[in-house]
Amino acid sequence: MTEEDKLKRFNICIEQDEKIEPKDWMPEQYRKTMIRQISQHAHSEVIGMQPEGNWVLRAPTLRAKKILLAKIQDEGGHGLYLYSAAETLGIDRGEMIKQLHEGKAKYSSIFNYPALTWADIGAIGWLVDGAAIVNQVSLQRTSYGPYARGMVRICKEESFHQRQGYEIMVTMMNGISEQKKMAQDAMDRWWWPALMMFGPPDGESVHTKQSMQWKIKRESNDVLRQRFIDKTVDQAHFIGLEVPDKDLKFNEATGHWETGTINWKEFHEVINGNGPCNHQRMKHHIKAHNDGKWVRDAALAFAETEKNDQKQLITN
Amino acid sequence: MQQQNNQLPLWEVFIQSKSGIPHKHVGSIHASDKKMALQNARDIYTRRGEGRSIWVVLSENIVSSAPGEEAEFFDPTDDKVYRHPTFYRVPDGVKHM
Ligand SMILES: [Fe+2]
Ligand SMILES: [Fe+2]
Repeated sequence: MTEEDKLKRFNICIEQDEKIEPKDWMPEQYRKTMIRQISQHAHSEVIGMQPEGNWVLRAPTLRAKKILLAKIQDEGGHGLYLYSAAETLGIDRGEMIKQLHEGKAKYSSIFNYPALTWADIGAIGWLVDGAAIVNQVSLQRTSYGPYARGMVRICKEESFHQRQGYEIMVTMMNGISEQKKMAQDAMDRWWWPALMMFGPPDGESVHTKQSMQWKIKRESNDVLRQRFIDKTVDQAHFIGLEVPDKDLKFNEATGHWETGTINWKEFHEVINGNGPCNHQRMKHHIKAHNDGKWVRDAALAFAETEKNDQKQLITN
Repeated sequence: MQQQNNQLPLWEVFIQSKSGIPHKHVGSIHASDKKMALQNARDIYTRRGEGRSIWVVLSENIVSSAPGEEAEFFDPTDDKVYRHPTFYRVPDGVKHM
């Protein structure tokens, strides 16, 4: 089959909403985009364990601690599903980690903000996982098979993440005035970064057009962001939280909440490495990776001796 | 800091979610040996009782047909319509066949 025929087949497959599978022919640029997006998504899941990990030892109750541990473990699992999906495209896991450590691969800017109080754990689950869910539900229909199947698996687990976060916010809003203040403070700090999670506005997004054509992305950044805003504003008001946006208003005609302008300068600053925790996050990841080297070495050495023992058993 | 890579081998994971149905591919994991492969597969793919049995197999041991050659590879079955029951005519009035 000529390259042209292969491309034609690929395009028909996309057009008919069929999935592209690992061994199928695909344009080099599709493969590259897919690897970039899936590995970036995987890194986000794993780096996202850090701000929450900060609170495991200080969780207010045993119940809260168990829940937080389970949630963080899920995020690690999400990272692993996604690394495994990316590996089907021919990139090695070690290579992805290397790109992360060298700053060549990015991760979601949201995880460069610190979790300062227990209310932040509530805000992260409710807002950050909430935003991630809107994005991931849409990606269940992405054109690359292993990525789409990973998203289905992840979405099943995410709804507990958002609910446990909202439950923390509800508890705090029902508490004493200091607790309410903490909850509002967390809301004030996480609201805008959560909106930024959907990426730059449609007009400025560099990858959107091609990604939509290839059905890697199924809905635009602004559409997804609006969906999140509409759901979340009502949830905030329901428990007496204020949305930190003086321009926020409900448009009766469209039925949508309209927000003020997002500070995109901050977004780009954080993406480019100047957020409050970028340095700390990467340093910690590199340290954990290198500290684990002896475990991997030992496991490989053990597997090697076992193999040799077996060989001896057979030859003796 | 110097980056330390020593990649463990890749394994494919298949899970049977309940008795009587086939094992289904769910993804892959890295592990140094069979025992670790099973444990990692359990920790990563069955945190909520998704499985009652797990198979793991080294990815390099899987052989697959080439997608580009589907047409030729599966072609021999195309002209054998007589393998399907609908190919045969049964006289009207004959029942239970
Ligand atoms: Fe996640
Ligand atoms: Fe999550």
